[in-house]
Amino acid sequence: MAVKVISPGLSTSVQDLGRPGHYHVGIPEGGGMDRFATRIANLLVGNDPGAALLEATFMGPELEFTQAVTVAVTGGELPPKLNGEERSTWESFPVKAGDRLSFGYLKGGARAYIAVSGGIDVPLALGSRSTYILGALGGHEGRTLKAGDELPIGQGSGRAGRSLPANLRRAQSAPSELRMLPGIYWHRITEAAGKRFFEETWKVAPEADRIGYRFRGGTPLEFIEREQPFGAGSDPSNIVDACYPYGSVQVPSGTEPIVLHRDAVSGGGYMMVGVVISADMDLIAQLQPHTPARFVPVTLEEALVARVEGNAALARAEEYLAG
Amino acid sequence: MSIRFNFGGDEHIFGEVSEEMSLASFFTGLSMTNAVRAANIKGVTEICPANASFQIRFNPDLLAPQDLLAELQSMEEAASKADPVLKTRIIELPVYFQDPWTHETCLRFRERHQDPSSTDLEYSARINGYATVEEFIAAYSGQPWFVSMVGFVAGLPFLYQMVERQKQIQAPKYLRPRTDTPKLTIGHGGCFAAIYSVRGAGGYQMYGVTPAPIYDPARKVRYLSDEMCLFKPGDIVKFKSISRDEYDATFEEIEANRWQPTVRECTFSLTDFNRDIYGTNAKLMELINGR
Repeated sequence: MAVKVISPGLSTSVQDLGRPGHYHVGIPEGGGMDRFATRIANLLVGNDPGAALLEATFMGPELEFTQAVTVAVTGGELPPKLNGEERSTWESFPVKAGDRLSFGYLKGGARAYIAVSGGIDVPLALGSRSTYILGALGGHEGRTLKAGDELPIGQGSGRAGRSLPANLRRAQSAPSELRMLPGIYWHRITEAAGKRFFEETWKVAPEADRIGYRFRGGTPLEFIEREQPFGAGSDPSNIVDACYPYGSVQVPSGTEPIVLHRDAVSGGGYMMVGVVISADMDLIAQLQPHTPARFVPVTLEEALVARVEGNAALARAEEYLAG
Repeated sequence: MSIRFNFGGDEHIFGEVSEEMSLASFFTGLSMTNAVRAANIKGVTEICPANASFQIRFNPDLLAPQDLLAELQSMEEAASKADPVLKTRIIELPVYFQDPWTHETCLRFRERHQDPSSTDLEYSARINGYATVEEFIAAYSGQPWFVSMVGFVAGLPFLYQMVERQKQIQAPKYLRPRTDTPKLTIGHGGCFAAIYSVRGAGGYQMYGVTPAPIYDPARKVRYLSDEMCLFKPGDIVKFKSISRDEYDATFEEIEANRWQPTVRECTFSLTDFNRDIYGTNAKLMELINGR
């Protein structure tokens, strides 16, 4: 009753919809970085949308199943292969005991979500099966998968052949536009720097993981001069250590913006120029290094409209799969 | 003093009590977060106090951002006038200063430091006006510290020493962060001490290590079986400087899961503290020493 890891891929971990409620002691929410893809993968194989599945980054794992299950792969375009034969993404397919699931090269996006009927049945940690790698918490032994790991599978029965049509999936734009509500310590930079920040095209840096995404290529920010407050530290980008929102855009030394994601460090001493809106968090999960991206300023009202639209798109997809 | 509120995207409200660090600001932030917790507002998902600020996360599908903001603003006056008295606890933490592990790490990353020719301890002692490393350590472990924030990674406390501002120890972070810091390192950046709960990257000056785990995701350590993180904002911590022999003995006791830190319930009044800092601290430390 398990799935065996033959090869782990680049960085594959068990995730679900996360464990909110512990950020005040530094434990982030976690969970699938692309929550839409996480929920849909589970629904395609007949699971609860918050069941645990595998999140694979840039490169897929090779898995062997010791029981018959239904599998679906969503998120980035990472083509699944069953015993060497290609299968479609966003569509559930049957797997027999002894079958091997591997993956072709990534054709789009950055992260694939591999759901198995019954869900990955690792123990709950603080109410979630998500792997928090920095804190060695949850998932399979609190870490990314290694060759030889065996993951238990829960009870469940899926139906093969269910799929989500392309028009119900989320569209990716190019260059990617990340909508952001300016604020928090926005007032620390000059007007010209703020204007340039939104005008310039940035590029995803190789340092892009579950904690956060770093961007390069724009002009360093100019700060408004001040005497640094007591306890803040000497760099103009330093603040008295404070909480970091999910999606917050910090700019250490004013050079390379970092957008914090689901495994965010919960606080620190760098100023933030604003926060990427909740509706665009999934989009970040699917950005590959070197992808051009722009930050687009929005108001709180626009952020809330975008959130409602995102919720509606998810509801349409879930309704389609429930039908 | 009025709190500067700001929306952090559509899911957070960030409240800055003051730009600079002070115990008064920390207390106002803690009063605010305690009030939010007590109000049990539907849609609030995370309540995080920080050093001189705080953050509330909410689900905007359940709670309109402007409604939460209005509610927080209505709490502000009460919080700033709240009697700054805290029922808390004091925890004694053994620390082996000048240990070989942080020393080795400090030498390995010397080129990222402000002063490659001295150690982190020598540099910090000098810029803070202490003649010797020993005097610096005596100041570091002589007076207690407030846990003014827990975070960055799981269970990592930020500590602010309970002395007047002129006596606060300050040190810059490394010029470029290290890629490695030993687990349970006592570090210092700005005016804050920190204890690295896990091994990893870091930029704080490194002074010593504690043998006592402060985060245990497996909950096997006896004193971390209920809560996997030892520290909460508002805790008071007293470092006890120990020798290599004491470190080894304590380490052995911890391995056998027989050891636990000395923890005493206490009440802290900011008003009393401001009136007599060292007298207040002495009373707190007497609780630990079992008088």
